[in-house]
Amino acid sequence: MKNQRENEENILGAKISELLKKFGEIILEDVEIEVDELELIIQPGSTIPIIKAAKAVEVLKKELAKEEFKKPIMEWTGKVVEVKIGATKSDGGTRDRSFVIGGETLPAFYMFEGLMPHPPVIAMDVFDMKISLPKCIKMHFADVMDDPAEWAKRCVEKYGAEMINLHLVSTDPYIKDTPPSEAARVVEEVLQAVKVPLCVGGSGDPVKDVKVFKKVVDVTEGERILLNSLNLDMKLEDIAEYLKNKDTVIIAFTPMDLDKARELNRKLYDYISKDRIVMDTNIAGIGYGLEYGFTVMERARIAALKGDTELQHPIVAGVTNAWAAREAWIKMDPFWGPREIRGPAWETITGLTALLAGADYFMMMHPTSIKTMKEIISALLEGSEGKSEDVLDWVSAKLG
Amino acid sequence: MAFAVRLVNMETKLEKCTPLLEEAKYKKNYEKLKEMLTPPVKEIELRSDKKVVVLGGEYVLHRHELTYINPPPIAIDVDDTMSKEEIIKRINFAENFKYTYIGRELTLDLIAVRSVSNDPEQFKKTVGFVASNTSFPLILCTLNPKVMETGLSALPDGKPLAYAATKDNWSDMLDIAKKYEVPLAVFSPGDLNMLVSLAKTMLDNGVKEIALDPGTFVGASGLKSTINAFTMLRWKACNEDYELAGYPLIGTPITAWKMIDGDAQTKAWWELITASMLILRYTDLLIMHSLEGWSYLPLVMLRFNIYTDPRKPVAVEPGLRIIGNPNEMSPVMLTGNFALTYYIVSGDIEAGKVDCYLLLADTEGIAIECAVPGRKLLPDNVADLIKSTGIEKMVKHRILIIPGKAARLSGDIEDATGWKVLVGPLDSKDIPNFIEEKWTPEKIKELMES
Repeated sequence: MKNQRENEENILGAKISELLKKFGEIILEDVEIEVDELELIIQPGSTIPIIKAAKAVEVLKKELAKEEFKKPIMEWTGKVVEVKIGATKSDGGTRDRSFVIGGETLPAFYMFEGLMPHPPVIAMDVFDMKISLPKCIKMHFADVMDDPAEWAKRCVEKYGAEMINLHLVSTDPYIKDTPPSEAARVVEEVLQAVKVPLCVGGSGDPVKDVKVFKKVVDVTEGERILLNSLNLDMKLEDIAEYLKNKDTVIIAFTPMDLDKARELNRKLYDYISKDRIVMDTNIAGIGYGLEYGFTVMERARIAALKGDTELQHPIVAGVTNAWAAREAWIKMDPFWGPREIRGPAWETITGLTALLAGADYFMMMHPTSIKTMKEIISALLEGSEGKSEDVLDWVSAKLG
Repeated sequence: MAFAVRLVNMETKLEKCTPLLEEAKYKKNYEKLKEMLTPPVKEIELRSDKKVVVLGGEYVLHRHELTYINPPPIAIDVDDTMSKEEIIKRINFAENFKYTYIGRELTLDLIAVRSVSNDPEQFKKTVGFVASNTSFPLILCTLNPKVMETGLSALPDGKPLAYAATKDNWSDMLDIAKKYEVPLAVFSPGDLNMLVSLAKTMLDNGVKEIALDPGTFVGASGLKSTINAFTMLRWKACNEDYELAGYPLIGTPITAWKMIDGDAQTKAWWELITASMLILRYTDLLIMHSLEGWSYLPLVMLRFNIYTDPRKPVAVEPGLRIIGNPNEMSPVMLTGNFALTYYIVSGDIEAGKVDCYLLLADTEGIAIECAVPGRKLLPDNVADLIKSTGIEKMVKHRILIIPGKAARLSGDIEDATGWKVLVGPLDSKDIPNFIEEKWTPEKIKELMES
């Protein structure tokens, strides 16, 4: 290599000398020459060579500009209502703690302006019957799926669930049609088994849910549970009227439609105070309509902060919907990796999408996803500022 | 007028209006329009001799304000201490990565070549080797100007991104970027004052194509700074016309491989998590290290979703689709017109070799599970669909198989259409088995007579 280079230089030197002899002057265009590299052997008697660098690289004296980055200028006029879920002894309930969600005056994680007043709550789903679940979730709960109370305990004690979402799916007339009184008994069992606040959901049948909810509200009086959910298909004058003087907090569900979200909230305001309403604007998993859920949620929150009073409620995200995506649970070609990791990735990223759009309350299932969500929330709310030296040399680092 | 509307909606480019460019009298108009339509986040083009990749070109902070324009390209790294086999393996992974989602092919986009050796000749050789083995445009990564220059000299064609100018090397990098006419990244982790100062220096000295990297910190030691920096920069560009923030943002989740302790899977996991958050928070480019399909699959789908134009539902035409060679006793199935629903259901039916008629109801591009509670799947519309498609003349039976997730509507659909409803499986992958078990001459007869 070195020999070759020297050789080239000799040839070049010889060529230049030859040209000089012929023309007396040569112009080198578009080259840079370091002076100590240039060695010309001038033959005695030859004309004095004139070397002009016609378009040599200009060496300007440059200075580094001094520019200050000024924080964004923003003004938000609205505030999300604060909603308290769960009642401790001092509030007349039996929970170990309660949670307040909402209260934001800024879009999600604008930490340069201020932190969230209340960190988001991560709750885990429990069902009142054995249902079909992706293998990698089932493996964590297979032995307790016949017993909702034990299932709830597992979520709290082993996986750090801050709240439990108990779904009374068996009350669905098309599934088991469990009567309201029996469903309410399961709720009581779960209340006994765990001391975290409880969220209780129905089957989605608008007629049956009204009957089930009334019973559930009766047996949970004083606990300030979260009821999942009231929607526009229900006879609101019946169920909302029933809830009027209870302490229950309710989720107002609408299917990715802000006009409907406002309409439902307006209807509910006739019965229920604002600080007892949270919204579920509906979220879907990656590849299954995530963009609709993301944008509706983000729009709802931005509108609330700009002063739309009908949308100033904390937001619930049903992150478990991520598992509707087949890529989360089917066996695929080995290129795509094991579903045991694809699944939690799907749920986690769906959760992060809702987190950055403004959600306050997360319904989740996979232990790894829950752990990661908590770590991200804590990194954002309590983490330190980045240090240049931690990343500056990524370019030249040998990575595993 | 139609052109103007499309122009305002960012659906076409000004240059498509050729008289503006060709006729001298329009020159002023062209320049004025050009300025009005220039996005607050400038666009940068990277090229190989085969491909062009665009970064930036964004107009809005929030997707719902208009739409996001250019999905952030994803680069996979190679370095100059890797063996040729290793480099080829990584290039092949990037080039062969393809996932078909609602009829589109989702792919990776770029190769980032890093100088780990810090040896100019070694880097030059590696860049040459990579360029001759990939169709993707490149990013050349080194903070050493000498190394950068030899790397660029190995690329006579194409236009790579030079990464990066910092507070220490900016003067030489500036000269190099000008000499080779390549876009230049400015990198100032954790220091936005320095980042915009470097950006201004480049612009003042004639480097017009720049991209900004405020540093990607992973986890508890700095994720907060990263999310703040990306959010503030994009806010300033879109909402305050702050020119120095108006350049593509570079996210480097690859730093997870440095910052996170643990095994390769843990590092790849945090790289993915960080990358997904950066897609949601305005990055215009991602540089990654992992070679795991499970990492890039959710990422390319998330990117596709977020960069879908919110003004247009992802829908297919409602109506009748004929699958296989159905006859007058073949099943008639119903689903919605959300593009994904259609591609999955028809794919499952085809894979199971079921000959049938598939009716797509107009659910306004919403999936069945949302269309049912959202009242987008209406029994009366199903009745109209049956009439308008002429399916009644194609089959002798009057049995409609509806999605399991629409079971609640079975009674109403029977009332509205006069057809018998058979509730199908919850997931379309079970359709072939379902048909085999439930679509027998005896069962059809039984249903028709009930």
